[in-house]
Amino acid sequence: MSGTQERISEMVTKNGVFLFMKGTRTMPQCGFSARAVAVLEHLGTEYSTFDVLSDPEIRQGIKDYASWPTIPQLYVGGEFVGGSDIVMQMFESGELSQLINKDES
Amino acid sequence: MFEASRIREILEAELPECTAVVEDDPGDGEHFSAIVTSSAFVGLNLVKQHQLVYGALGDLMKKEIHALALRTLTPEQWAAKSGQ
Repeated sequence: MSGTQERISEMVTKNGVFLFMKGTRTMPQCGFSARAVAVLEHLGTEYSTFDVLSDPEIRQGIKDYASWPTIPQLYVGGEFVGGSDIVMQMFESGELSQLINKDES
Repeated sequence: MFEASRIREILEAELPECTAVVEDDPGDGEHFSAIVTSSAFVGLNLVKQHQLVYGALGDLMKKEIHALALRTLTPEQWAAKSGQ
């Protein structure tokens, strides 16, 4: 289990903007994941994704990692930002764009 | 199959000064949306606010509740929204 937590930590810290989702960015397998991808695409930011459906250990592991029971999960600069509702809310308020740009500069 | 009203009852019992509006939009007993107001949210960021809601629901989030679209508000934000 701790190996899984280390893998997750590595993924989120090595990538500026990282999304755990169901499916891929071109083929999301869940409406909530699709919404998170749509926001990131709209912001035009570079980001990486991981399909939790491809790895049951990661799928369970990220729920423990962030104390967050649902997917998708967005990370910026290694920090957990939120699930699809928070991502959408922060996108609408402009906070998400600020956060991502701050991380890149 | 789970009732939206049951989710409301749990949240209003677990969270201080809580008003919850919970709907089962597709009517399938698995996919819900909720607007939750509580004084416990004051001073917390959105992640911590949502974690309080998930914490109150406990293991229900693992099985019975497949999805919960969530909006959290402090009592002040709620009052501003309802134009009081």
